[in-house]
Amino acid sequence: MYARPRTVDAALSLLAEDRWRVLAGGTDFYPALGGRAVAGPVLDISALKDLRGIRREEDGPRLGDWRIGALTTWRDVVCANLPPAFDALKQAAREVGSVQIQNRATVAGNLCNASPAADGVPPLLILDAEIETASSRGKRRLALADFILGNRATALRPDEMVTGILVTAKSARGRSKFIKLGSRRYLVIAIAMVAARIETGAGGSVTGARVSVGACSVAARRLRDLERALIGKHLDESSIEAVLPARFDLLTPLDDVRATAEYRAEAARELVLRALLGCLA
Amino acid sequence: MSGLKVSFELNGAPVSAVVAPSDRLSSMLRDNLGQTGTKAGCDAGDCGACTVLIDGQACCSCLVPAAQAEGTEVTTVEGLKENGALSRLQESFLHFGAAQCGICTPGMLVSAAALLRRNPNPTRREIADALGGVLCRCTGYGKIADAVARASGFEGSDASPPAGAGVGARIRRLDGGPKVTGTEAFGADLIPQDAVMVRVVRSPHHHAAFAFGDLAGFVERHPGILAVFTAADIAGRNCFGVIPPFADQPVFAEKRARYRGEAVAAVAGEREAMKALDLDTFPVAWDPLPHVLTPAQARAGDAPRLHHDRHGNILVRGRVERGDVAAGFAQAAHMVEGQFSTPFVEHAYIEPEAGFARRAGDRIEIFTPTQAPYMDRDAIAEIMALDRARVRIVPSACGGGFGSKLDISLQPYIAIAAWHLNRPAALIYSRQESMQSTTKRHPSEITAKIGCDESGKITAFDFDGVFNTGAYASWGPTVANRVPVHASGPYFTPNYAARSVAVHTNGPPSGAFRGFGVPQAAIAQECLYDELAAMAGIDRLEFRLRNALSNGQASVTGQVFAKGMGIAACLEALKPAWERAVGETRGFNRQTKDSGLRRGAGIASCWYGCGNTSLPNPSTIRIGVTPDGRVVLHQGAMDIGQGATTVIAQIAADALGVPVHALDLLGGDTDLTPDAGKTSASRQTYVSGSAAKLSGEALRQKILRHANVSDSAHIVFKPGHIELTEGTVVSAMDLSRLVPDEFGYVFRGEETYDPPTEPLDENGQGIPYAVFGYGAQIMELSVDTALGTVTLDRLSTAHDVGRAINPVLIEGQIEGGAAQGIGMALMEEYIPGRTENLHDYLIPTFGDMPVVENIIVEVADAEGPYGAKGLGEHVLIPTAPAILNAIHDATGAWVRDLPATPDKIRAAIKALGE
Repeated sequence: MYARPRTVDAALSLLAEDRWRVLAGGTDFYPALGGRAVAGPVLDISALKDLRGIRREEDGPRLGDWRIGALTTWRDVVCANLPPAFDALKQAAREVGSVQIQNRATVAGNLCNASPAADGVPPLLILDAEIETASSRGKRRLALADFILGNRATALRPDEMVTGILVTAKSARGRSKFIKLGSRRYLVIAIAMVAARIETGAGGSVTGARVSVGACSVAARRLRDLERALIGKHLDESSIEAVLPARFDLLTPLDDVRATAEYRAEAARELVLRALLGCLA
Repeated sequence: MSGLKVSFELNGAPVSAVVAPSDRLSSMLRDNLGQTGTKAGCDAGDCGACTVLIDGQACCSCLVPAAQAEGTEVTTVEGLKENGALSRLQESFLHFGAAQCGICTPGMLVSAAALLRRNPNPTRREIADALGGVLCRCTGYGKIADAVARASGFEGSDASPPAGAGVGARIRRLDGGPKVTGTEAFGADLIPQDAVMVRVVRSPHHHAAFAFGDLAGFVERHPGILAVFTAADIAGRNCFGVIPPFADQPVFAEKRARYRGEAVAAVAGEREAMKALDLDTFPVAWDPLPHVLTPAQARAGDAPRLHHDRHGNILVRGRVERGDVAAGFAQAAHMVEGQFSTPFVEHAYIEPEAGFARRAGDRIEIFTPTQAPYMDRDAIAEIMALDRARVRIVPSACGGGFGSKLDISLQPYIAIAAWHLNRPAALIYSRQESMQSTTKRHPSEITAKIGCDESGKITAFDFDGVFNTGAYASWGPTVANRVPVHASGPYFTPNYAARSVAVHTNGPPSGAFRGFGVPQAAIAQECLYDELAAMAGIDRLEFRLRNALSNGQASVTGQVFAKGMGIAACLEALKPAWERAVGETRGFNRQTKDSGLRRGAGIASCWYGCGNTSLPNPSTIRIGVTPDGRVVLHQGAMDIGQGATTVIAQIAADALGVPVHALDLLGGDTDLTPDAGKTSASRQTYVSGSAAKLSGEALRQKILRHANVSDSAHIVFKPGHIELTEGTVVSAMDLSRLVPDEFGYVFRGEETYDPPTEPLDENGQGIPYAVFGYGAQIMELSVDTALGTVTLDRLSTAHDVGRAINPVLIEGQIEGGAAQGIGMALMEEYIPGRTENLHDYLIPTFGDMPVVENIIVEVADAEGPYGAKGLGEHVLIPTAPAILNAIHDATGAWVRDLPATPDKIRAAIKALGE
């Protein structure tokens, strides 16, 4: 069974009736088959044109907030006119697989796939992104950290789909930076990656900080201790002292074919330092 | 799944197909619409070979459901021509030699076309970003980048050298056209619509006993499934191997599978039924057995024995000894010793094995990519208990081989199915299946000790190499024999002892991979040379030059070359680049003392013997003249991208005295073309080239003698006659009056060349190869010391090819080989059960290559055609040690357990401070 509805309502009523595998860009769907034929019903949401694109809410309580529609591709992110707080997301967009992947793969799909090395999660964590899901029963809104539950696990219910990713105007402030570390230039799964967003006050001291690390735990994590420690500091070489190894203790990096756990932990700290300095640029 | 009619515009024309909506766009294009220019390399978005444009945007068509093509405009490689002629981009690809095997070319071209539409003059960085999603295993990307950068406004046509000027000319590859238009037919492109499809059931365990359940019931329960084949269906010998005395590999394992990915059965059925079949439901019960994956485990007393007659799991040992090593070390002023290890390395050609077979009466015909058609023929004859004359191998275009397509893979499965079912039978390996089941580069564990005197002259070298040869012999004996002959490097080593051993494990069979173990050995030797040079206080290039073999000096096997020893010339040629590299890296490091970025330069050399080691290795080339005045070159030297088709023709044309473009080419069909041996051991330019030269000369003599003209006469082939010009006298020889021979030729030159070698004695002394080739490379790189990451800045190469038959193809070989050396040094590691795809197994991408500058050195060889030497394998040997030496130069840290991934480099740097 394969359905390609034209409206969100039609998609939601299909989801209410049956268990579907949702397909958008297809870039995670097909590799996951591992040579097997497609089995089970597939809900192709690619024709839900309303869900594509990035825009600001034009009325209501969310006026001015940013909405990344569920069908927004990485290429759409690269091409969108966005404030500097989204630079990290744009930098991540250019690092997702290859141009071929960026042209089809959706930001929301990257979150739903919930790989520990998902390139989209760290830059969205620093934007305090929320995930909007919908079902025929209504909409829900979850913080990204509450949406991704673990390796390949999300809070998405069987009758739900993601409709958008939301970033408040308040979180879309400051400068941001994303760094991905891999063993080759293109088409690479990260050994580690980090994103940072910094807001500074009149005197240049940090008034708001967000730092996240991916591929070093089952899901990317924010480093809240570090974020707090950065408040009030000037972001320069001297702020390095805030980047204490202990502030990375919540990470649980693994040994795998890409790197050792020890290396990952050390690299994460180095990358965070660079990302913070990168926010100055 | 019910059919959906999908309508869209394909290359400007409306098309529609009825497909399952979740079918991949790539399969709809290839299987339903017959547009096979789009290639499927991995079905996972990892290789980009299947790139097409959807509404102008590049995407992997293997990741797009057919349903999403509805109403779109799709552009494939077939749509890139402009006004019926090649586009400037396609012409540029041909001109720069951007297509080697051609399997990635459609993806590269389509990606480039998308870039050029919005940006006609892209920078190198923009080209890399746009094409970075397409993997190439042949070219090293540089020539592709050149072709794209110069595509807009490209003007130029193919060089068409006159008679006698073929050798040395930078002509385009003669088989290039189809590679840029998408019409080149690789294994999977040939499969007839009505073919039965075959899939292979493979062991999921490293070592397991197994028993089949109800096979007949399985066939009955699955409509459309026609048959299951197992060892019981093999009429002949259920055993193959590239070296007959060591043949040990079953087509289908019997009772026990020795490695993960080993075939135990094959299922054949109709296309749709096979597509839907879940092989996990196949009735086989596995009983995992204890396994060994390393030589140390395999040599332990209680280790399971892989083969009954191979005690200690030892396949074979190799040895070369010369002089007195103990005395040599006693004379040494400086001594170094080191341990080195390398993992399984996967060939990672972008074309997984594919093709079909058909029964033609009492004969079987096989259409697949191969590096060795006659070896395939002989293997299939033995497996199927058929006379060799009843087996016909028709090679398809080969989408990369690098050694692995020397061994048979899918051929027996399709042949057996076609034979029993009397229908064409086809098989396309999945990427995982290709990686699991075909051969790999031997993992190595090497201990080496080298000593030199105060002046830096090598006094003694002791080498011990343990090679993991996997579950079956394949080319293990060749590796074990080649390594001791080559481990000294191209240096005068008066006292030498080298031992090798190939040990069976439950890994995949290790076989031939560009260099047959020599790249692994060269890492040990070249890295230790750097240490010795430092101890002796001698510049690293100078140290190598002091030891470089010269004419008249004996090699470690006692072989003495009177002429052609080219290593010193290569090192001399690199001196300016070396001085600049050393100066620049030192300068950079001084100026950026406090930065974490350190630059370094490393140098390494190679030598490599062309052809079989002390064994017969003939090639035969046939050139015939038809009664209507065509000259047909039977070119059996398989072109797997390296360019044999073009090179052999250039040599043959010059020998015959005609322009190279005057030749009609016939490929390696075993019914039509004599055996030119295997494409392996860097032997085709030298061995088949020599045969081509002899055949061309013989044909020329026959024509001249028949016409009774002198050797200086010019020969021009015209319709129905040959025009002979001697001075001012022009005569015409009417061909229609001559009686054609059994091949239909009125004149024929057919000669065989076999390299003059001599057996090695019990100490490995003798003449292993008639011809060696030489080279050296410098790598400049930057290490980010805090992260252990490496950026390759510049590669300078100098390779002695004796005589450059076609410089464009030579550069292509160097850059492509270096790319594989880069992968081996920095990222590649095949781990059975873990890196069986192209996103966990990493090969270099467009963005991982340095700038490359090549110097082609020509020190004429006494034996090779027009002085030519082999090159194909040489080129990757120096790259990895040059990188490791440069990392050490930059950081002071040695990484000797490959690949040198960022974590290993970082750990080595940290260890320096402890």
